[in-house]
Amino acid sequence: MRLWLASMLLCLCVPAAWAAESNAPKLDIGKGGQCVEEPQWMRKNHMHLLKHQRDETLRKGVRDEKLGLKNCIECHASTKDDSVIARDDSFCVGCHRYEAVKIDCFECHSGKRKSAWLQRAAK
Amino acid sequence: MSAYPPMYLKTRFYYALLAAGGLIAMIGMYAVYMMEHHGHIITGMNNQIVWGIPHVFAIFLVVAASGVLNVASIGSVFGKTVYKTRARLAGLLSIAMLAGGLTVLMLDLGRPDRIIVAATNYNLTSVFAWNIVLYSGMFGLTAVYLWTMMERRMSPWSKPAGFAVFAWRFILTTGTGLIFAFLIARQAYGSAILPPMFIVLSFAWGLAVFMVAQTALYAWNEKTLDPAILQRKARLLGVFILGSLYMVATYHLTNLYFAHQSGFERFILLEGGIYPNLFWWGYVWFGSLLPLLLIYTPGLGKGICVTAASLLVTLGGFALLYVFIIGGQAYPLEIFPGYEVSSSFADGQITSYDPSVYEFLLGFGGLAIAFLIATLGVHVLDFMPHDKPHNTD
Amino acid sequence: MNKAHKINGIDIRRRGFLKTSLGAAAVAVAPGMLLFDLAHGKPEVVSGKVRWGMLIDTTQCKTGCNDCVTACNKENGLSGDNKPTDSQWIRKVELKDAGSGRELSLPMMCQHCENPPCVDVCPTTASFKRADGIVLVDKHRCIGCRYCMMACPYKARSFVHEPLHDQSPDVPRGKGTVEACTLCVHRVDQGMQPACADACPNRAILFGDLNDPQSEIAKKVRSVASVQVRADLRLNPGIRYQGL
Repeated sequence: MRLWLASMLLCLCVPAAWAAESNAPKLDIGKGGQCVEEPQWMRKNHMHLLKHQRDETLRKGVRDEKLGLKNCIECHASTKDDSVIARDDSFCVGCHRYEAVKIDCFECHSGKRKSAWLQRAAK
Repeated sequence: MSAYPPMYLKTRFYYALLAAGGLIAMIGMYAVYMMEHHGHIITGMNNQIVWGIPHVFAIFLVVAASGVLNVASIGSVFGKTVYKTRARLAGLLSIAMLAGGLTVLMLDLGRPDRIIVAATNYNLTSVFAWNIVLYSGMFGLTAVYLWTMMERRMSPWSKPAGFAVFAWRFILTTGTGLIFAFLIARQAYGSAILPPMFIVLSFAWGLAVFMVAQTALYAWNEKTLDPAILQRKARLLGVFILGSLYMVATYHLTNLYFAHQSGFERFILLEGGIYPNLFWWGYVWFGSLLPLLLIYTPGLGKGICVTAASLLVTLGGFALLYVFIIGGQAYPLEIFPGYEVSSSFADGQITSYDPSVYEFLLGFGGLAIAFLIATLGVHVLDFMPHDKPHNTD
Repeated sequence: MNKAHKINGIDIRRRGFLKTSLGAAAVAVAPGMLLFDLAHGKPEVVSGKVRWGMLIDTTQCKTGCNDCVTACNKENGLSGDNKPTDSQWIRKVELKDAGSGRELSLPMMCQHCENPPCVDVCPTTASFKRADGIVLVDKHRCIGCRYCMMACPYKARSFVHEPLHDQSPDVPRGKGTVEACTLCVHRVDQGMQPACADACPNRAILFGDLNDPQSEIAKKVRSVASVQVRADLRLNPGIRYQGL
């Protein structure tokens, strides 16, 4: 009985930690704003969205302006360094570091805002 | 069973062997870490020589893994008793070498972290994709085969299992040959003779590896092998060496007949530097003719001569694969027949290949993994052959 | 057998299992169903009615001119170096007829075959042909086995040997994957030409829809002699050469 009680109390620590939010990552959201869905939906589902959309775009040639990775980066790249991955509080890196989920995307994809990249490339 | 002497490896020596194998495997893993981190730029492979030393090691291991089961098949399928007692060891060696070879192959990938992607996105027209099924099936089937031989209640099934393994490995080695046979554009490959050639090579290399392993294991257990058994197997190795020579000769002679292949054949057999050297000296003389002499010369053909012959055949196999895989890529791809070409991308040029140490470390790591599995297996389970005791005089 | 888990003849363990599995299945399917609605916004799948191709006039191609190569490198973020490990998506090849001694020059890139050997051999379907004929590498699936590089009769493909930084946002490229000329698919999809075709000062590279009988390329292919490289292999490449 006591063991059961103790384990239930321990379990309650988890929602307590959720409620705290004191150590949630601080993100540099760049230009910010909402484009696709609301933030909580995006937090839960952005990986499914990306995975589905990449096949649509690459294999079928469906280029949806709103859903392309470039477009996400256009808004969410930091206004300071034009990147979603350069610093610890960059838009993608911040949460992914916190959750300890490795991002594979930027091995190949540029993390830089296209307009900034074009400016530099033109020089 | 009590009439047969038990075999146990001396414990301290066993742990030393495991440590040595483990060390080489660890060094191989270090090479993998470096390649993973820095990319293939630290290897000698480039956009012209696309497959290098790791592939030489891997393909040898995979082909020998299939061929070593021949020893078991001659027992289970053809019913020869002396081979039947060796079937279990052959099965273990097969699994060990297959594991080692596949490890090298998979860790040389540009993105080995995507193996799951390979397993879940399947291209039905790709030989590589078929091989994924064939190799994993080989593991499973060999394990079942071993089970039928080691579990007394399953022994009625050992003959059907033996047949299944026999058939499966023919398909598997054909698949290995088809990897190259399907490359229509390359002068070194794109030939229907390659699958049968690989099958005969697998006979020779598999038996040679088996005999080297057997000699080592018997020596480490301070047991002696009946010379009659050794001689019989040596004769069989001789037959397989002759068979391989025939296949390789046919492949080259046919190529030599075609005018458009003459440039390539001249490169491989005469003017290509390391490639003719390795071919004639490495494969033909040291890997085939000298072993034949060691086996068939009256007065020789026993004990150390046979072990030496087996070792030479193995090394000759590596030499042949180097010439085949790397020589085939070093010769320029003929894109514009009838034209002399030059470009910034080595068109019309022979590419030189300078393997880096990381490639060798990876290859030896694969050998070490095969060694570890075999050594561990022999120590833990009853894989050693139980021969009838023989008179040493 | 213990029947304690049955109440009124109904097996509650089995019921619980079925409920849980149905729930799990629903959770697994739900994101896909959501996304189906989202993606429905712009269904512009490329169609097989179009077949993109090029006609290259080798008589207009000058030895020593590398404008197409330079343009491709700039557009796609390639280094432009020529070390054996560097990627080259297009290269100038200097040819000399072994019999007659005639010399010519031409650019060689992925030929975007109709029956691509690279697609046949790729174990993961990473190498694929889009419906409009452009042959591409899906870097999400490429495991870097380099079998396609062995299979290509034109040596069109390159392997990325080192970590890359600062890729063009339009052209993702990464270490450990294989890459080749994409026919500037990111430009073609916006109605533009490949960079090499744009850059050629002699307009030697003509790009267009081979399936459209009224397009400039289709008309020219019908009227002037042109060949495919290694036509004997029956791959039916989309790139044709005039004057070869």
